[in-house]
Amino acid sequence: MTVSPKPPLLEVKDLRIEFPTRRGILVAVDGVSFDIAEGEVLGVVGESGAGKSLTGASIIGLLEPPGRISDGQIYLAGRRIDNLPYEEIRKVRGSEIGMVFQDPLTSLNPLYSVGRQLIETIRTHTDLSEPAARKRAIDLLGEVGIPSPKVRIDQYPHQFSGGMRQRVVIALALCVNPKLIIADEPTTALDVSIQAQIITLLKRLCSEHGAAVMLITHDMGVIAETANRVAVMYAGRLAEVGPVDQVIKRAKHPYTHGLMGSIPKLSRAAERLVQIEGSMPRLNEIPSGCAFNPRCPKAFARCTVERPDLIPVDRSQVACWLYDQVEERTGSDG
Amino acid sequence: MLAFIVQRLFQAIIVMFVVGLISFSLFQYVGDPVNNMLGPEGTIEERERLRERLGLNDPVPVQFIHYVGNALQGEYGLSYRMGKPVDELIAERLPATIELVFVSALIALLVGVPMGVYTGLNRNSWLSRVFLTVSLVGISLPTFVIGILMILIFGVWLGWLPTFGRGGIVELGGWQTSLLTLKGWSHILMPAITLALFQLTLIMRLVRAEMLEVLRTDYIKFARARGLLNRAINYGHALKNTLVPVITIMGLQIGSLLAFSIITETVFAWPGMGLLFLQGIAFVDIPVMASYLVLMALFFVVINLIVDLLYYAVDPRLRSEHVGGAAH
Ligand SMILES: Nc1ncnc2c1ncn2[C@@H]1O[C@H](COP(=O)(O)OP(=O)(O)O)[C@@H](O)[C@H]1O
Ligand code: SF4
Ligand SMILES: [Mg+2]
Repeated sequence: MTVSPKPPLLEVKDLRIEFPTRRGILVAVDGVSFDIAEGEVLGVVGESGAGKSLTGASIIGLLEPPGRISDGQIYLAGRRIDNLPYEEIRKVRGSEIGMVFQDPLTSLNPLYSVGRQLIETIRTHTDLSEPAARKRAIDLLGEVGIPSPKVRIDQYPHQFSGGMRQRVVIALALCVNPKLIIADEPTTALDVSIQAQIITLLKRLCSEHGAAVMLITHDMGVIAETANRVAVMYAGRLAEVGPVDQVIKRAKHPYTHGLMGSIPKLSRAAERLVQIEGSMPRLNEIPSGCAFNPRCPKAFARCTVERPDLIPVDRSQVACWLYDQVEERTGSDG
Repeated sequence: MLAFIVQRLFQAIIVMFVVGLISFSLFQYVGDPVNNMLGPEGTIEERERLRERLGLNDPVPVQFIHYVGNALQGEYGLSYRMGKPVDELIAERLPATIELVFVSALIALLVGVPMGVYTGLNRNSWLSRVFLTVSLVGISLPTFVIGILMILIFGVWLGWLPTFGRGGIVELGGWQTSLLTLKGWSHILMPAITLALFQLTLIMRLVRAEMLEVLRTDYIKFARARGLLNRAINYGHALKNTLVPVITIMGLQIGSLLAFSIITETVFAWPGMGLLFLQGIAFVDIPVMASYLVLMALFFVVINLIVDLLYYAVDPRLRSEHVGGAAH
């Protein structure tokens, strides 16, 4: 829908991810489309199992077999990257797209010093000499807030606390200045008291380095404070995409309404909502029509038959028949 | 680091003391050496003289102190069977066994590790399947069967390699080595391969399993997500992380190489410690048995020490643990 001459930084179109199994093909991500603009922070939320991680992994080409992209395209700055040969996508990783994983305790190789891991990454993607790469590594460690980086650079991961390790992981993700960072639940494994610090750091550094962020989380509070736009996923599909204030304060999709209950600050808004009953369907039991219909308080006849696509509503896009202007509305108001 | 080594050395000394006690008590409780040496015909005086000469009339603690003191000086007494000092017998036999075990360990490592890495990285290639299938044979056939088969094929049918004994020996500062001549190698090859096969398959399977495990870890995924070269990930990050368990197992396996070498030495008539020990048992030759026990314990202790030091070199987590806690 962008008419600007410059393509968005990341463009995901109709992404479909499948797992072939003995009992048939499981569709884990189905028809997902979204953009990320340069420097933008896109929050991706949804319950565990919604397909957030798979979407992130497929963008950087790290989908693990037997999982595969069976349909759709992914473009990075206009260049298609979902079907690149191995060596090409390898060069994209780290230098154009960086990634931050969930658990800093297991993300770093325990047998290599922090500096070695940084320098190795820098030198894989640049022509820098060993001393120059080392200097850059020290600067980066300083930037991510590690005290006395000149000493710390030669230490091993186990000598850092969880929060400090996640700072190292962020430095590793940013060390070749990629234009996009995919952060998959970067604070879930951390102590609650340092989660906010790490998120603030991630946001500040990415904006300083001019990197856009795809911030995957199931914490709406983090999204509210960090993201420019939000994509809500449910059962491998997008339920709603829109500017953060719009989605949080005027959620359109009934599922998004339910998710809002998880932000303590918006308890007033939550009063009106009944907590959503039930749980997300398993991949082999996704209902026909709208995947949310068995749990939706506003479901009506059409919801079990036809699958809704994203349609523009206000400044958002919503996949829900309630907002389909053309058809008659029979939504129940309670 | 120093504290760690001292601690380990201390443990080693305790282990050796206990083993010394056990081997010493063999003398006290198993058989009567005087009977064995003189036979039933010896006169009372002859017996008494021999008892005195062997130090059997001293109080037990004194005997033990003597025993330890002598052992430290490399004196293990006279062999009941051959009437020769045990240390001479050992000096003749030890190089043969050590070279056999060393070459076996080398073969097991140099072939087993690359095969393990290959089968771990190329899980579904036909060559991996061949390796795994053949390795099942290596694990399930007993050593002596493999040895006899090899003798049959390479010694008898093809006539490529000698079937028994050591050869091509060169004296090197009191150490008789067979590793400096082609002839020596032609003799050691079959026994060494026979002895190595089991460990080789074990190491291959271990490295493969560890490799598969490590390749699934988050830090390998993160290394891929940073676009590192496959070469750096597989042979750097992944292989190094598989080394810790491999070192452990290899340390333990050198012990079992020593144990299995008894069988291999018998099959190939390899003039080593194992053969000496077996003959010693048949004759209740206590000094030989006791010295064998002490020597083997010494090997284990030394190998364990080396394994610990290797851990130390490979794993930084151990290093700082002993230096005094992680900095946060
Ligand atoms: N190897 C696999 N085989 C079958 N299903 C899988 C596999 N990996 C992931 N899935 C399924 O894909 C879905 C989405 O997973 P994921 O993207 O990790 O969810 P999220 O990150 O949103 O919690 C889950 O329902 C999960 O069961
Ligand atoms: S389409 Fe129907 S079931 Fe789905 S969210 Fe909208 S109202 Fe609910
Ligand atoms: Mg996830």
